[in-house]
Amino acid sequence: MSEQVRFVQGNEACVEAALYAGLGFFAGYPITPSTEIAELLALKLPQRGGKFIQMEDEISSMCAIIGASLAGGKAMTATSGPGFSLMQEALGYAIMTEIPCVIVNVQRGGPSTGLPTHVAQGDVNQTRWGVHGDHSIIVLTASSAQDVFAMTVEAFNLAETYRTPVILLFDEVVAHTRERLLVPEPGVLPLVERLTTSVPENVNYHPYLPREDGRLPMSDFGGIHRYNVTGLFHDMWGFPTEDPKTVHELLRHLVDKIENRTHIIAHYQTYHVEDAEFLIISYGCSARSARQLVEDRRLRGDRIGLLELQTLWPFPAHIVQQLSAGKKAVIVAEMNTGQVTASVKAAADDPDRVFLANRLDGQFITHYDIRNVLRLVQGKGV
Amino acid sequence: MAKAKLESHHIEREWCKGCGICVAFCPKQVLELDRHEKAVAKRLDDCICCKLCEMRCPDLAIQVTCRKGSE
Amino acid sequence: MAVRDYLRERFFPHIWCPGCGHGVVLNSLLRTVEELGFTKNQIAVVSGIGCSSRISGYVDFHTLHTLHGRALAFATGLKLQKPDLRVIVPMGDGDALAIGGNHFLHAARRNIDLTAIVMNNRTYGMTGGQYSPLSGVGTAATTAPYGNIDPGFDTVRLAAAAGATFVARTTTYHVQQLVKILGEAIQHQGFSVVEVLSQCPTYFGRKNKAGSAVDMMRQFKDQTTPVGSEAKQGNPALIERGVFVREQRPEYCAAYDEVVRRAQGGR
Repeated sequence: MSEQVRFVQGNEACVEAALYAGLGFFAGYPITPSTEIAELLALKLPQRGGKFIQMEDEISSMCAIIGASLAGGKAMTATSGPGFSLMQEALGYAIMTEIPCVIVNVQRGGPSTGLPTHVAQGDVNQTRWGVHGDHSIIVLTASSAQDVFAMTVEAFNLAETYRTPVILLFDEVVAHTRERLLVPEPGVLPLVERLTTSVPENVNYHPYLPREDGRLPMSDFGGIHRYNVTGLFHDMWGFPTEDPKTVHELLRHLVDKIENRTHIIAHYQTYHVEDAEFLIISYGCSARSARQLVEDRRLRGDRIGLLELQTLWPFPAHIVQQLSAGKKAVIVAEMNTGQVTASVKAAADDPDRVFLANRLDGQFITHYDIRNVLRLVQGKGV
Repeated sequence: MAKAKLESHHIEREWCKGCGICVAFCPKQVLELDRHEKAVAKRLDDCICCKLCEMRCPDLAIQVTCRKGSE
Repeated sequence: MAVRDYLRERFFPHIWCPGCGHGVVLNSLLRTVEELGFTKNQIAVVSGIGCSSRISGYVDFHTLHTLHGRALAFATGLKLQKPDLRVIVPMGDGDALAIGGNHFLHAARRNIDLTAIVMNNRTYGMTGGQYSPLSGVGTAATTAPYGNIDPGFDTVRLAAAAGATFVARTTTYHVQQLVKILGEAIQHQGFSVVEVLSQCPTYFGRKNKAGSAVDMMRQFKDQTTPVGSEAKQGNPALIERGVFVREQRPEYCAAYDEVVRRAQGGR
């Protein structure tokens, strides 16, 4: 059988991928431009016996998916900037308690209510730092419907592998652009199912005792093993503790389990980077315009390449460092005041050669916008 | 009607915080606080097995065991 | 099984102050579970943050200690995913009705089968005695040094208006009634609310010159009356206790099963 060809919005691609990955529970609250995800799942989840609930706000939506995930279901919520702000508290709880879940943030213009129906990429740092500070998190992004599909499946896989919330940071343009999507046959994309404990009933099960490979097998809450879950620092049984050694080790574990695997978690695409003198770094909707620019300039003989980031956090500094080395200039194209640019500067050997091409007016960044910065950098004038 | 007979009245001293609730509400004044502010059952012969001390103990420190009397 | 068999005894003595009413609620809750004959694996206890919320750590059930005010939201996800679990949600008054007020209203409106226990000691004990939405006008608190001007909620009327299908109130003095009411609440199919007037001798009691834990329990005895009693007509200041609402309405998880049936083409 051939793959199924669809013509869909990014939001719909996200829904198809979540179902492909085995989504069993969705809780959410309406907010532009993510609402289609909730609407489609309200339709499709019950057809498969899955659970959909529209909660009273984003706070409770985040809490509900944690409760459902703990009980064994692959769980997700979807929102946009202001709703994502409300989710930070429970997001921190999911990190601390190591409960897998997926949070979609379809970015619109911000801060605050901002520009609800326009595009921006201003939540990059909120996804990383919105929850306190001493934690780590995985954030994936995508620039097309096909990419949304792949990254959504990957988000569920990473969530289960590392027992962590994973954020899908999309944007209004990708979410609402209708384009071709090939839905793979079941089994084509690998799926990571929940690692459940083999400890039998009535034998001491330790929910927070990592195996030798660092993974923590789970036991469905409400099943054969009774244990405690708390957002307080806890021991291997899940009970609160203030023991300095245990506290230190848990915090290190939470950070290291992700930061030490940056090289595995880093997803990216490259276009014409091999011989490039100039490197564009971009992601999400901005990468579409960046790709257009690279293709245009290549036709004119400019040696220009593109690094498209699909993993934003943990930041793939090693890739950026490697690909930016020796370039005449690096231009970061993004729709914010330079949030990824700051990370690129930190990673690049020569931060003075890193430049920002952006738009902050709610209008989609075009290849002309990026070209203008390129010309300035090349000393050609706009 | 057969009356319940007291079999044992156990107070977990380590758990008792000496709030005096059991002492104050015992209908037969069976309990007292000792000089360490711990509850003790002083007059067990008067106990009528109502178990109110056990039920109201906020420290869950009291266990009253009774058996149905046969008269 | 004895009550102690449901405890995680290694954490005893517990952290609550001498005479704290929350220990009485814990005591009654376990007695209720014992009387109903549930196994430990059938019950989940989901709590938020505060003195009251520490109850979850002491019971040998499936226990989820969550965020301040959010216990009902976590419990909603848990229950919908695993409807066979009996889910009990003990909360403090601030936890349930200030920071968690919205979740409380909506859980009641949905009529999801959770048992909410509002352990009402009229203060924030964990943080040292600030006024709560159930303190009431004229009470003293560390954040109301000139007397509280914030009117309190009536938990029972609030829960009933929001759609809870079982609503009751009693006190830590009336332990036999408490066990009976908790039993009915846990068995009720739908959202049940049990408000328990619970003494905080350390903060509310001391600030408001209410005396010892014993004195405060005597006040619960003297200042309450069975619902519908004649005494209430003579003395409107009396607080009624008993079952106020007991009705049947479609339970949320059962209603969702119906949604699944419709989605899958059933009629």
